[in-house]
Amino acid sequence: MYSEKVIDHFTNPRNAGELKNPDGVGLAGNPVCGDVMKITIKVRKENCKDFIDDVKFKTMGCAAAIATSSMVTELAKGKTINDAMKITRIDISDALCGLPQVKMHCSNLAADALNEAIYDYMSKRNLTIPDDLESRHKKTIKETEGTGHKHDDADAPVDECG
Amino acid sequence: MEKIYLDNAATTPVAREVLDAMMPYFSEKYGNASSIHSFGTEAKEALEDAREKIANKLNANPYEIVFTSGGTESNNLALKGAALSNRKKGNHIITTKIEHGSVLKPCKWLEKLGFDVSYLDVDEYGLVDPENFENSIRDETIMVSVIHGNNEIGTIQDIDEIGKIAREKEIYFHIDACQSFTKTGINVETQNLDMVTINSHKIYGPKGIGALYIREGVKVDPLIHGGGHERKLRAGTENIPGIVGFAKAAEITTPGDVEKMRELRDYLIKRIINEIPNSNLIGHPQKRLCNNANFTFKFIEGESMLMLLDQAGICVSTGSACSSHALKPSHVLLATGIPPEDAHGSLRLSPGKYNTLEEMDYTVVNLKKIVGRLRELSPFK
Repeated sequence: MYSEKVIDHFTNPRNAGELKNPDGVGLAGNPVCGDVMKITIKVRKENCKDFIDDVKFKTMGCAAAIATSSMVTELAKGKTINDAMKITRIDISDALCGLPQVKMHCSNLAADALNEAIYDYMSKRNLTIPDDLESRHKKTIKETEGTGHKHDDADAPVDECG
Repeated sequence: MEKIYLDNAATTPVAREVLDAMMPYFSEKYGNASSIHSFGTEAKEALEDAREKIANKLNANPYEIVFTSGGTESNNLALKGAALSNRKKGNHIITTKIEHGSVLKPCKWLEKLGFDVSYLDVDEYGLVDPENFENSIRDETIMVSVIHGNNEIGTIQDIDEIGKIAREKEIYFHIDACQSFTKTGINVETQNLDMVTINSHKIYGPKGIGALYIREGVKVDPLIHGGGHERKLRAGTENIPGIVGFAKAAEITTPGDVEKMRELRDYLIKRIINEIPNSNLIGHPQKRLCNNANFTFKFIEGESMLMLLDQAGICVSTGSACSSHALKPSHVLLATGIPPEDAHGSLRLSPGKYNTLEEMDYTVVNLKKIVGRLRELSPFK
C-alpha cells in the first residue's frame, strides 16, 4: 500500500520534535479526522532574504501523516520562505514516490502546516502576506476547526475483515 | 523473525485435523452430492454427516442447517430472505447500530425497497437494552437481527432476554454468531432463536463456507436460484471439502480452547491497562468474547500503531479511520459513545488457541515501546 520511501520516513522520521522559541508555529488537521500536525520554524536573514534555518514537526496520525510531515521538513529546510510556501501536497507526495489515493487529502496536510508556520512568522513581523498564502491560511483554519471536512454519512464504514 | 498473529477475530489458520479431514474430498471423494452413483452417495453422506455435527452444536435439527459461502451470505439470506418472504406481514425490521456490514448493508438495501429499519442504540459497553428493543416493536415488525458477539469490541449480547421478547411478540429472531459460535453456548431452543449465522474461518476451518440455521417453519426466500440444493434455499453444488472442514472445526473445539483464549485475553488486558498510561478497554469487561481485547490509546492513531507492530512481527487490527476506505472511525466504536478522536487510536488484539503467554509478553513489551514512540511524535499530551 505504501512506497518504500513512505515507510522509511514513517519508521525513521526526520526533524521530529519541537523548536524552542520558534519564529513561526503552524497547525493543520483536526483530531476528529485523526490527523494533526504542528510545525515549528526558525528563520535566518541573509542577503535581505528569509531562509528557513531549522524546522521540526510533531504529528498525530497515520503512517502517511507522519511520513509527509517528515518529508516537508526535508523539503523546506534551507529554502527561502518564498520558495517554501510554494511547496504543495503534490510535491510532498512526489518526493515520497506517491501516496495511496485515499491518503492524498486527509493525511497529506504537511504543506498546510508549513504554510501556517510561515504565515505565523510573516504576520508576527508585519510582513505583507501574499494573497495565495492568505487564502490557504483561511482554508486551513476552517479545517482545523473541524468545519472544512465533509464525510459521507450515508455510507457507513464497515470492517471488511470481520 | 517469528510472527505473532493476534488477529484471530479476522480469520484463523486452518487446524491440522481440519485440513486432514478435508483432503480426500478434493481428489478422491470428489463426487457431486446430487449424483446418484457411488461417488455422489459418498459426497452426500459426508454432507449429511457434517450437517448433523453442525446442528448438534446449536441443539438444532440437521434439516434446519443451510450451508452457504460464509457469514456474509448467511446474514444476507437471513435479512433479505426473511424480509422479502414476509412482506405481507409488514415492512419493519429491527437491528442495532453495531452490526457488521453484512447486516447493515442489506438493511440499507431493504430500505431502498420500502422497508423501514430501526437501528437500536447501545450503551457505553455496547449492550442493547432489551426494554428499548421491546418498545421499538410494531405491528408491522417482521424480525430483529442482533450481533451476538461483536466483532470489534467483543461485547456479548443478552440474547436470552431478547429471544424471550421476540418469541412473545411473534417476530423472527436472527443472530449473527460469526464471532461467538463455539466460543459461547448457543441453543436455538432455550434461546428462542429463529435464524443463526455461523461460519467456518473464525473457528480454524476453511474460508468460503458458513451456514444459516433456519428454524423449521420460518419463511425465507432464497437469494440464489438454481438447483434444489439446501432445502431450495441456496442453489449450487455443495462445497463438500469446505463443509467437511467446517464440521470438523466445530467438532474439535473444546472448552479448554475457550479457557486458554480467555486466559491470554485477560493477561493482555491486565498488563496493557496497568502498564500503558491513558489506555482504555473498550467493550464490556465481563460479557465479552474470549478472544477479544480492544483498547484505545490516547493522543496517537491506530494505523501507525498497527504498522509499527507489524514491523515487530505482531499482527493486529484497528478501528481507526485511516484503516478504512471511508476514512471514518468505526461505527461500532462511535455507537458506544467514544469520541472520534479517541476512536482513531483503537487497537484490537484477538488471541487464538495457538498463541502463547510468551507471545503476549513480547506483544506488551513492543506495544509499550511503540505507544511511547508515537506519543513522543504527537503534538498532544
